Amino acid sequence: MTEIRIIVCAKQIPDPEAPLSDVSVDAEKMEVIVDAPQVISPFDENALEVAVRLKEEAGGKISVLSLGKKVSDTVLRKTLAAGADELILLEDDNFENLDSHSTAAALAGAIRKIGDYDLVLTGRQAGDWDSGQVGLILGEMLALPCISLARDISIEDGNVLVKKNIPEGYERVKAQMPALITVSNEVGELRYISRTKMLKMMRGARSIPSWSAEDLGVTPEALQQMGITALSSPPDMGRDCELLEGSPDEQAEKLAEVFKTLR
Amino acid sequence: MSDVLILGEVKEGSLDLKTLELLGAGKKLAGELGGEFSLLLMGDSVSGMADEALPYGPAKVYKLEHHLLQGFKTDLWLACLEQACREINPKVLLMSHSFLGMELGPRLACRLNTRLTTDCIDLSIDPEDGLLLRTKPVSGGNAISVFKCPGEPQLATVRGKVFAAAESGDANGEIVDIKAKIDESMIKVESLEIVREEIVALDKADVVVSGGAGLGEEDGFELLEELREALSKSFANVMIGCSRVAVDKGWISSDHQVGLTGTMISPDIYVAVGISGAIQHLVGMVHAKKIIAINTDPGCNMFKVADYGVVEDYEEIIPALIEKLEELS
Repeated sequence: MTEIRIIVCAKQIPDPEAPLSDVSVDAEKMEVIVDAPQVISPFDENALEVAVRLKEEAGGKISVLSLGKKVSDTVLRKTLAAGADELILLEDDNFENLDSHSTAAALAGAIRKIGDYDLVLTGRQAGDWDSGQVGLILGEMLALPCISLARDISIEDGNVLVKKNIPEGYERVKAQMPALITVSNEVGELRYISRTKMLKMMRGARSIPSWSAEDLGVTPEALQQMGITALSSPPDMGRDCELLEGSPDEQAEKLAEVFKTLR
Repeated sequence: MSDVLILGEVKEGSLDLKTLELLGAGKKLAGELGGEFSLLLMGDSVSGMADEALPYGPAKVYKLEHHLLQGFKTDLWLACLEQACREINPKVLLMSHSFLGMELGPRLACRLNTRLTTDCIDLSIDPEDGLLLRTKPVSGGNAISVFKCPGEPQLATVRGKVFAAAESGDANGEIVDIKAKIDESMIKVESLEIVREEIVALDKADVVVSGGAGLGEEDGFELLEELREALSKSFANVMIGCSRVAVDKGWISSDHQVGLTGTMISPDIYVAVGISGAIQHLVGMVHAKKIIAINTDPGCNMFKVADYGVVEDYEEIIPALIEKLEELS
């Protein structure tokens, strides 16, 4: 089996599972402030997982790209611990709050610079802005076959075979590589990484390359921000929760009574 | 030229309800622009739908028919949509925030060098410059943002159930044919097979019993299934839901997933078991009439949106609850 070269695009975001109280909106500065640890966007982790599985089967190399004004390699070194071979940070002051088109343009620059690849994988959408566009725009820019919402990916004779989600179930599709695929969570969560392995990777002396817009051949004029004109808090979703107290048996009884009143 | 163009969708041989809502939104925006709105229908046979659409008031119904548009091959549909946009040259193009809209929208935006805003919940025209103001929940729903972007057409996918459907009236519009310029060589992704699966219709549920990471193991869903059966004796349409994490772990299939990337639901009762409540999940169920949370973590988000809460291990509560429900029924 021929070795496979995979590029995974992974975005660093504030933990989307953070408690609601840790999230606030600064309407004046038009910023969402999340007081939570930075993590890798969940669907991008799914994409990395499927990349590692493909590499385990065929052998090859995985490069992870992560783009932002400032990207934390301590968050992203997890990708190396999980099985990626190379992590490249795409960092530039001009990479702040980019729109999907500009983000894709910068990623396309990095992918052209890498040059040799069979698959580009992204998550189906990022866990902060939930726009769901970068992957497919990137595929268009690189003139690749584009397949969205993958739940299973396999390689056969230079082709990629994908089961993709469709409203009535799934569709089996086939495309020539190189191809772009956006990955959905049905592929499964990123494998467990032991603490020892993680610490080793964190403490590792290995230097992580960082490429600027100039390195990618992207001019600042080609980069546009998202164009936010207003930001507000959503309507309050909170309710007064009545906690049912007592022993488990008593709690169950009270809960059964609740259901009775709702019938 | 049409000022506002709607990409129509067909469901079970008729115009999709979401398309009627888009026609409602299109009429409003055309009014703000002082122009007219039109509908684009694509497919292998859409003539019947074109006649059906006229009473909803579009100035034109553009009809792009080709035998290769049977089924949905993204590459061909995209080529047709791009061609139609170049010929019609609309100021604004609206699509449903649906499978179709999200397959086509981002790639179309790239090809036309314009910017798309997805999953909009409100739209209006800025009277200053005639650009589209696009309101969209961001950060999973923790904030509502308004975007304004350059480019033409102004492009948005629109969430269902936020605009009222257009009302039927006099049909004064005309039907215009567009000749599709596509051939099989444009297909880069080949379809091998469509596998239809039995999909749980969560949006039709009256009661949803839903499980998440807090179940700890796949077997947890067996207990939820027993609760589902017990509740079915008193309630209609009781179904099993889940969080994204439960799908990631391979415990349950994704048609059960509730939330932003699953199904958005508003049942009479939502029972959240072992779901801490990531915002992306909450926005999908927070409009349930009554919410019941069972979780061992009293600080979790789910208790903040619930009407009734039980802070206890679900393995203790649910068997006891099933017993009590039997006694009551």
